[in-house]
Amino acid sequence: MAGITGKDAALTAYANALATEAPKGRSLTQDALRRLFNNKAALVSIFVLTAIVLFALVGPYFLPWAYDKIDWAGIRKPPDWAKGHYFGTDQNGRDMLARTLQGTQMSLLVAGVATFVSVVIGILYGAIAGYFGGKIDAVMMRFVDIMYALPYILFVIILVVIFGRSPVLLFVGIGCLEWLTMARIVRGQTLSIKQREFIEAAKAGGAGPFTIIFRHIVPNLTGPVVIYATLTIPEIIITESFLSYLGLGVQEPQTSLGTLISFGAPVAEALPWMLFTPAAILVTMLLCLSYLGDGLRDALDPKDR
Amino acid sequence: MKITQVLKAVTTAGALALMMSSAALAVTLNLGNGSEPGSLDPHKASGDWENRIIGELYEGLVAEDAQANAIAGQAESWTISDDGLVYTFKLRADANWSDGVPVTAQNWVDAFQRLFDPKTAAEYAYLQFPIKNASKINAAEITDFSQLGVKAIDDKTLEITLEASTPFFLQALTHYTGYPIRKDIIEKFGDQWTQPDNIVGNGPYKLVEWVPGSYLRGVKSDTYYGKDNLKIDEVRWDNTEDLTAALNRYRAGELDILTDFPADQYKFLQDNYPGQAHVAPFLGIYYYVLNQSKPPLDNVNIRKALSLSVLRDVIGPDVLGTGELPAYGWVPNGTANYEGTPYAPDWAEWPYDQRVEEAKKLMAEAGYTPENPLKLQLRYNTNENHQRIAVAITDMWKQIGVQVELFNAETAVHYDALRAGDFQVGRAGWLMDYSDASNTLDLLKTGTTQEGVMNWGNNYGRYSNPDFDSLMDQASKELDLVKRSDLLHQAEAKAMDEFAAIPIYWYVSKNVVSPKITGFEDNAKDINRIRWMSKSE
Amino acid sequence: MFGYALRRVLTAIPIVLITITVCFFILRLAPGGPFDGERALPPDVMKNLRAHYNLDQPLISQYFIYLGGVFRGDFGPSMVMEDFSVSRLISIGLPFTLMLGFSAFVVGTVAGMIAGAVAAVQQNKWPDYLLVAIVLIGIIIPNFLMANLVQLFFGVYLRWLPVGGYQPGSIAHLVLPVLILSLPHGGRVARLVRGSMIEVLGTNYVRTARSKGLGTRLILARHALKPALLPVVSYLGPGLSYLLTGSLVVEQVFALPGIGKYFISAALNRDYGLVLGTTILYVFIILALNLIVDVLYAWLDPKVRYR
Repeated sequence: MAGITGKDAALTAYANALATEAPKGRSLTQDALRRLFNNKAALVSIFVLTAIVLFALVGPYFLPWAYDKIDWAGIRKPPDWAKGHYFGTDQNGRDMLARTLQGTQMSLLVAGVATFVSVVIGILYGAIAGYFGGKIDAVMMRFVDIMYALPYILFVIILVVIFGRSPVLLFVGIGCLEWLTMARIVRGQTLSIKQREFIEAAKAGGAGPFTIIFRHIVPNLTGPVVIYATLTIPEIIITESFLSYLGLGVQEPQTSLGTLISFGAPVAEALPWMLFTPAAILVTMLLCLSYLGDGLRDALDPKDR
Repeated sequence: MKITQVLKAVTTAGALALMMSSAALAVTLNLGNGSEPGSLDPHKASGDWENRIIGELYEGLVAEDAQANAIAGQAESWTISDDGLVYTFKLRADANWSDGVPVTAQNWVDAFQRLFDPKTAAEYAYLQFPIKNASKINAAEITDFSQLGVKAIDDKTLEITLEASTPFFLQALTHYTGYPIRKDIIEKFGDQWTQPDNIVGNGPYKLVEWVPGSYLRGVKSDTYYGKDNLKIDEVRWDNTEDLTAALNRYRAGELDILTDFPADQYKFLQDNYPGQAHVAPFLGIYYYVLNQSKPPLDNVNIRKALSLSVLRDVIGPDVLGTGELPAYGWVPNGTANYEGTPYAPDWAEWPYDQRVEEAKKLMAEAGYTPENPLKLQLRYNTNENHQRIAVAITDMWKQIGVQVELFNAETAVHYDALRAGDFQVGRAGWLMDYSDASNTLDLLKTGTTQEGVMNWGNNYGRYSNPDFDSLMDQASKELDLVKRSDLLHQAEAKAMDEFAAIPIYWYVSKNVVSPKITGFEDNAKDINRIRWMSKSE
Repeated sequence: MFGYALRRVLTAIPIVLITITVCFFILRLAPGGPFDGERALPPDVMKNLRAHYNLDQPLISQYFIYLGGVFRGDFGPSMVMEDFSVSRLISIGLPFTLMLGFSAFVVGTVAGMIAGAVAAVQQNKWPDYLLVAIVLIGIIIPNFLMANLVQLFFGVYLRWLPVGGYQPGSIAHLVLPVLILSLPHGGRVARLVRGSMIEVLGTNYVRTARSKGLGTRLILARHALKPALLPVVSYLGPGLSYLLTGSLVVEQVFALPGIGKYFISAALNRDYGLVLGTTILYVFIILALNLIVDVLYAWLDPKVRYR
C-alpha cells in the first residue's frame, strides 16, 4: 500500500527540518526524479508527450502539404494516401494532419504559458491572502468574488479594443481568467497549513512572512496545485477556442486543437476524419499530462520525503 | 442494482409521458424554429424565426399561399385605382379575433398608426413607407396621425392611399408589419400583451405556452374562418439554435421540420435520408463590401481585379457543400417585376486563368505584385461558413498580389465597424424583404445628410455615383412596370460595372422536411405557412 | 462563527455595489450596442429606441436610474428579448437552472468522491489507472462534443432517451443534460479527492492507525475522509457556481429553459439590462456559496479559526 511501504522512516522529523532549513546533503531533485521514474504511468506519459511534442514541431517539415495550403481538387475528402492527405482534408481542402500538428503547437504554447501565468498569480495571491488573513484576506478574496461575477467576455472584448489582437494578449487573457479558482484553492490550503507546527517554528525562528510563504507554505501546496493545474489545461484549451471564436485568439489560417475539435464535433458522423485526428491528439496529450501530474505530485510531495 | 432500477423508472416515466401526450392530442407539428424569438409584437419582430410564429398567430389583409404568393387573407377582395394610388379592401364577414371579437378596418388603422409612431421605434416600419405620409409621421415631421393614408370607410372596408404607385405593395402587405392589432389589448396589458395569457390574434393558431429558451406552443384557433381546413391541430416551435443537436432530434423523430441544417451534413442527409433535405433558391445575396471612401479600394481597377479573381463556382458546391449559385449581379434571379436578361459581365464567361491574368495585369498597373503585395484586412462576423469563404478567397487573391489578413469578430462588433467605415473588405449579406429589385439596389444608393451627418444606411462600402442615384430616382417614379424594370437594370449594370461590391453567391433556403409532412413547398421567400401542411402518423 | 457570518453578509453590500458599477461601465466601453444587428437601423428609429431605453441620457444619470431601479427590485427590460423584463426572464429560468445544476452537482460530487477514494486506496494499481482514465475522459472531452456523442448514441441509435427538448415534468428529458453537466465536475472532484486522500493516507496518524491494526474502511471513514475533503471543499464553491452558470452549452444543445445561456448570449448581444441582471444574480450566488464553503472549512479543519 502506498504511504506505508518502505518510504522514509524519519517522517516525523521532516517538519522540523523544513522549518529551519531545507535538508542538505541529498539532492531534492534527484530524489524526486527517482520517485517519478519509479511510476510507470508517469514514465510512459513522459515518453508519449515527448513524442507528440516532437512530432508537432518536426512533423510539418516532412508532410507533403502545409497547414494553410488549399488543395482545390480535394475539398472535404477522406484520407487519401496517394495524394498525401493521410488524415483527410477540411472543407477548405487543407490537410487535416498538417493542421492538427500546427494546432497542437499552438495549443501547447497557449496552454503552457496561460497555465504558468495562472498558477503563478494564483499561488502568490492565494498564499498571501491566506497567510496574512484578517482584513487583507477579506479584501483580496472579495476582489476575487467580484472578478468571478463579472462577465469575462466583456473584459476580453475590451482588451481587444484597447490593445488590439495579439497572441501574447491571448495568453495573458486566459491566464487572467483562470487564476481565480487557483487562488481560492491555494488560500484554503494556506489557511490550514499556516496553523501547523513547522510554521510556528519558523515564526519563532524569526523568519519574515515572505520567507515563510515561499520557503514553507508554497512547497506544501504542490499536491493540489499540480492537480488543479492539470485540470486547468483542458479548460484553457477549450477557452482558447471560444476566445478565438470571439476574434481575440488564434486567427485563420492558423488554428488550434480546440478550434479544430469545435469544427469537428458537429460533423462527427458525416466527416469523421475532421474530428478524429485533433481529438485523438488532444485526448492522448491530456491523459498523459494528467498521469504525469499525478506522478509529479507524488514525487514532489514534501511529506513523503 | 439501484442504478438500473432508477434508469428503468426514468425511462418508463418518460415513455409514459410521451404516450400520454400523443394520446391526448390529435396532430402536433414539431417545428425546429431556429433562434429564440425576440418579440411576438409584429412591430418589434425582426427575424424569419419570429415571422414563422407571428404569421400563424396573425393574418394580414393578404396572406401567403403555399408558394408564398400573395392571396386573399382577411380581405376577401380589393380594388386598385387606375393610377395605382388607392387600394380599397373589403374584409371577410367571418374574420374574427381569437377572443371572438370581429376583425374591423379600424384594427388596421390602429396598427399602422402604431407602426409609424416614432415612439414605437419599429425597425421594419420602412417596409410600409409606400403608404401616404408614413415616412413623415415616422420621422416626426407630421404629428397628426389622421393624415396617414389609412382610413376605415366602415367596419369592413379599409382604404389605403399610397405616396406613389408601388408594384410590390400587396407583397409588402403580407409582411408582419401589415398585420392588424388590438389596440385595447395592448393598452390593457402594456408590455405584457404578447404573453400567452394575454395575446389576441386573428390567425389560424393561438399561442398557449411560451417557455423562453425552449419552445412555444400554439393550438388551432376556434375563431379562425378557415379552421375546418387546418390539418395540424397543434404546433410546437422548438428553439434549435444548435443546428447539429436539432438534426439529431430530427433523426430521432422529435422534430418534423427543420428550418435550417448544417451545410456539411447535406451529403450525409442525401445519402441517408433521401429527399428530406430541401435546398432551394432564396431571394438574397452574399457579398463582400469594399470600402471606397479611402485608398486603395477607391481605385476601380483594384476592385475589378479583386472581383475577377474570385472563382465563385467553387464556393457553393465545394466550400459550402450546398451548391449555392455564383453571383455576378446584384438582383437575385426570380425577383418579381424584373424581367429581362440577368446582369452578366463578359468576364464571367472567361476561363479562370484568363481572369487571373487580367487581374494580375490590373494589379501590376496599380503597382502591386506578389513580391510587393497589396495588404488588405478582410473582416467577417464569426461563423464557420464565413470563415471558409474568407479562407478560400484569401487564397484566390494571393496569386494576384494581395496579402489578406483575416479579422473575425462577433456580430455587434463587426457591423459596428462596417457602419463606422472602419474596414477595408467586409462580409455582408442581404435577404430581400419583398420581391422587388429596388430592395437590393437601394443598398448602393448614396447616403443622405441628416442633421449635418452623412447617413449611409446599409451602403457600408459608401459607393456613390450620381448617375446610379438618378436612375434609381427615375425608377421610383416610373408607373410603367416594363420601363421601370429597364431603369433598374441600367442601374444594376452601372453599379456592377464599377464593382461597387463583390457579389459572391445567391443564398439558398435550407429545410429538412419529414416524409410524414405534405404541403411543404419550397419557395424563393422561404415562407411556409402551417395552414397548408398536413401530417400523417 | 455567527458574528463572522453576519460580517460577511454585511460586506456583501459594497461588493454587490462595486460589481454593478464596474459591470455597468465596462458594458458601455465595449464596442457595438444592443441594436447593432446585421441591418443598419434608420437614424430616427435608432434615436427612438435609444430614448425608449434611456440610452440617450448622460451615462451617469443612466447609472443612477438603473441603481434606483435595482433598489426597487426592478432590473429593467431586456433589450433583445423585448417581450420580457429581466426579472421575469430570471424568475422563469433560475429555478430550472438551479434544479439542473444541483442535480449535476449531487450526481457529480457523489460519484467523484467514490471514484477518487477508490482510486486512492488502489493507488498505482489497475483500478486506479482505469478510474483515472474514465475520469479524465470526462474532463478532457469538451462538453459540446460529448453532448453530440451522447445524443447520437442514446437518442438516435439506441432510442433510449429523448435527444433534446424540454417537456415540463418529464425526467427522461433531463437524464442526458445532467449526465453531460456532471461529468467534468465529477471528474474534478475525483481527481482532487484522490490526490488529497493519498496525501492523508501517508500521514502519521493514519500510519499510527494502521499500525494499531485498524481496517482500511474504518481508517477511511474515521481518519482519512474528513481531512481529505479539505481541498475538495474549497473547490465545491467554484464548482457549484460553475455548474449554475456553466450550463450554457447544455442548455443550448438540449434547448432547455435555463438562464445559463444568458451569461454569454446577453454579453454578445450587448443586452445591457440582461447582462447586469445576470451579473448581480451571479455575484449573490458566489458570495453565498463562498460563505458556506468557508463555514464548512472551519468545521472540517478545527485549526482554521475565524475571528
